[in-house]
Amino acid sequence: MPAPIRLRELIRTIRTARTQAEEREMIQKECAAIRSSFREEDNTYRCRNVAKLLYMHMLGYPAHFGQLECLKLIASQKFTDKRIGYLGAMLLLDERQDVHLLMTNCIKNDLNHSTQYVQGLALCTLGCMGSSEMCRDLAGEVEKLLKTSNSYLRKKAALCAVHVIRKVPELMEMFLPATKNLLSEKNHGVLHTSVVLLTEMCERSPDMLSHFRKLVPQLVRILKNLIMSGYSPEHDVSGISDPFLQVRILRLLRILGKGDDDSSEAMNDILAQVATNTETSKNVGNAILYETVLTIMDIKSESGLRVLAINILGRFLLNNDKNIRYVALTSLLKTVQTDHNAVQRHRSTIVDCLKDLDVSIKRRAMELSFALVNGNNIRGMMKELLYFLDSCDPEFKADCASGIFLAAEKYAPSKRWHIDTIMRVLTTAGSYVRDDSVPNLIQLITNSVEMHAYTVQRLYKALLDDISQQPLVQVASWCIGEYGDLLVSGQCEEEEPIQVTEDEVLDVLEGLLVSNLSTPVTRGYSLTAIMKLSTRFSSVNRIKKVVSIYGSSIDVELQQRAVEYNALFKKYDHMRPALLERMPIMEKTATNGPAEIQTNGETDSTILDTKHPPNITQPASQANDLLDLLGGNDVVPVIQTTVPTKPASAGGELLDLLGDLSLTGGPTPTPAPSVPISQPPFLLDGLTSQPLFNDIAAGIPPMTAYNKNGLKIEFTFERSNPNPNIAVITIHATNSTEADMTEFVFQAAVPKTFQLQLLSPSSNVVPALNQGSVTQVIRVLNPQKQQLRMRIKLTYTHKGSPVQDLAEVNNFPPQSWQ
Amino acid sequence: MRGQDSNDLAKGRRVHVTGLLTSAFTTISHKAHAYGIECNINLKMQFMLLFSRQGKLRLQKWYVPLSDTQKKKISREVIQMVLARKPKMCSFLEWRDLKIVYKRYASLYFCCAVEDQENELITLEIIHRYVELLDKYFGSVCELDIIFNFEKAYYILDEFILGGEAQETSKKNVLKAIEQADMLQEEAETPRSVLEEIGLT
Repeated sequence: MPAPIRLRELIRTIRTARTQAEEREMIQKECAAIRSSFREEDNTYRCRNVAKLLYMHMLGYPAHFGQLECLKLIASQKFTDKRIGYLGAMLLLDERQDVHLLMTNCIKNDLNHSTQYVQGLALCTLGCMGSSEMCRDLAGEVEKLLKTSNSYLRKKAALCAVHVIRKVPELMEMFLPATKNLLSEKNHGVLHTSVVLLTEMCERSPDMLSHFRKLVPQLVRILKNLIMSGYSPEHDVSGISDPFLQVRILRLLRILGKGDDDSSEAMNDILAQVATNTETSKNVGNAILYETVLTIMDIKSESGLRVLAINILGRFLLNNDKNIRYVALTSLLKTVQTDHNAVQRHRSTIVDCLKDLDVSIKRRAMELSFALVNGNNIRGMMKELLYFLDSCDPEFKADCASGIFLAAEKYAPSKRWHIDTIMRVLTTAGSYVRDDSVPNLIQLITNSVEMHAYTVQRLYKALLDDISQQPLVQVASWCIGEYGDLLVSGQCEEEEPIQVTEDEVLDVLEGLLVSNLSTPVTRGYSLTAIMKLSTRFSSVNRIKKVVSIYGSSIDVELQQRAVEYNALFKKYDHMRPALLERMPIMEKTATNGPAEIQTNGETDSTILDTKHPPNITQPASQANDLLDLLGGNDVVPVIQTTVPTKPASAGGELLDLLGDLSLTGGPTPTPAPSVPISQPPFLLDGLTSQPLFNDIAAGIPPMTAYNKNGLKIEFTFERSNPNPNIAVITIHATNSTEADMTEFVFQAAVPKTFQLQLLSPSSNVVPALNQGSVTQVIRVLNPQKQQLRMRIKLTYTHKGSPVQDLAEVNNFPPQSWQ
Repeated sequence: MRGQDSNDLAKGRRVHVTGLLTSAFTTISHKAHAYGIECNINLKMQFMLLFSRQGKLRLQKWYVPLSDTQKKKISREVIQMVLARKPKMCSFLEWRDLKIVYKRYASLYFCCAVEDQENELITLEIIHRYVELLDKYFGSVCELDIIFNFEKAYYILDEFILGGEAQETSKKNVLKAIEQADMLQEEAETPRSVLEEIGLT
């Protein structure tokens, strides 16, 4: 059998192939030859064959049949075989294949080989791809080699130990004794790898970290020698002595000095020295400076040093080399929280980086710019940021828009400026604006009462130009629906009022309904806006016509809205004015999502009444019933309990479950208009504005009403001051399991002789591990002073599955109902 | 990706415990079990790739355990991304939760994937040092040298970097070690050729 062709020849041949098919053919032919050679157990040429296989593997062809051959090569006595064998193992094998464990014995033998280069091969392979089992088996050998005086092996053993620790952290302890005198080595290779090993141990274990803190003086000394020593040809890189070692030492110092005053003080001088003496003309010097800056910022350095560090970063920003600028921006982003003022000084340079051509630099500059915006520089910064928004790539627009909104909200110098900024964003980057900005903006506009006319006018004009950007269209429709009367009346103080007729406005809104560019959500907005205008405009007939057309729309959402609006026209016309009145000012509650959904009544339920909390003049008839029950203090009751059009299903469902107990309450957080202040200011006045008679002092003990599956509900009691028949119970729900309970809804029912009211809960997520609680207030009217009983129903989602439970609460303390 | 890796690995482990090892099988801590590119162990360098301007791979060194298909996919993605960069852009790319540090030397791109917290500037120096070593060894190295002597390129890399960290910071020492290993290789080979000459194989 002719000798297999040499590696170089194969490479040359394959490179002559002109097409992929030709190459594949050659490769297949050679693979077949190699395979038969393997089958014949040819020791002489195994090495050559595996080398060829590795080449073909790099080209992308399968080479798994060579795996066992690699193992045979490793087991061979010849150095050439071992060299290729270990290379093959590292390229073709990995922990996933069971085969790799067969290497363990070979590696063990080779770790004890007489030739250091063989030992080196074994250490290298173990350190690159050793699996956890291999590491466990061979850790002892590695530890032995870590103590050898042969620096060639010692440095490799150190990095091998690092790998072992990464794979099997429990073995870290066994390497501790060997680290005792690692730093007294003169050999830079050993020093470097030792520092890496120490770093790894300190990063993984706080105990090790405190143990190694005593090395700080030694590390400082080594670093000092590196800087002060003269030219050393062996380690010199552009005039700097062993930058790799310097950087690693700086990093270890950072870890050791973090949070520790003494260590930080011990390294102050050397850090200052490195920072001032390092040559910055080449990349290598800047690499060291960079690491120094990172260390200074992380440890407890004195303020002078910190300022020095930030100034270095400032200089980096002006460097021609874009890599340096990139690195500076990254670090400044990290430090802007802690050293805000120092970073502010470099603001103009940072803003200039917004115009850089490089995408990564632009992104960082944008993030940093947002971090630097404050009340003083808002106008200038916003100009730059809006310009950036205009010209940047689409990938930035969403983030930039959100950032601008946030910044504007925090620091807007005036309402007019705020609205103008929002308009600018909506018109330039309208399609990239995030969905949640629409409700936020609507809330903002609602609250700027004096700007309503100006806002609606500007939005109207924007709509005339362009109806393709959905967020803009949605906000505009909503505003026109609310403030259309201001628009046609031509009263605008801020700018020249435009003359527009009702028909023109309706044309625009109807145009949105039919346009192909409008999404279903947008259509919903415009239909409701048209409806609202029925109480503000005089052309009611036109509106009626539009609404009735959409009663047969294919879009179910639109259809439902149209049908209900139609009903408003026909049967409930007396309610229409009140329902479609101007929205009250919406307060943003600090808690969570439901607040935001409340501020935008549009996107939610189709239940009309829950969207529009009526103002003070509720139709009198509905108010009367509860007035009697709750006593003269409360003028208007909670909406949910009185509205006739409440969908029967929800009530019915509960009625079924709770049997003969009469039902009140049970609101879901989302459609609740009972935001504390926008709520007709009655119920809560009873609770908050008047000093409560704190019955806890008077001795009504709290009780646990429910405690199951990690969910615990406690009741605390207070008596409502004006009316002693009303007991005010606050429920506190806590969750001791490891997963949050979301969509948590608490419902309660009481016997017929009682009246019950549930106010909105603080949130609908009960955080895990008792990290917080959901509270909700229940007011129970008990005129007959009967014993209080309650049936409660809990629904929530836990670990993805819905949970529902019913319970009876009978253990009310007597003081709560007597 | 991570879940799949864990499963594969777990499967693999169950198979070989019955046959090959005498040592006890113990569970791996969670941190060590996080394989793949989304590794949260402090692996500074995860892989190094050398490729031509046409996207042909000339060297691939992986310091994380991944299957062949995963390696191929990742290489393809990274190569595409780097080749798409314009000359005026900086040498750093963010990709997933890693940073890709790359530099072009003549017709070859040298590309390292390091963890996000790494000092990118010193990684550039590491790349440069490797190129210098190749240059010294081959004498004005060009792409063809690396194509025809890829195994040597690997040997040199393995004398410079171990497990993703630099093991030797002196150029001289790395080259000396390679030289000596090469000599060892030659010594092992020469006796055979002498015998062959005589006719005794």
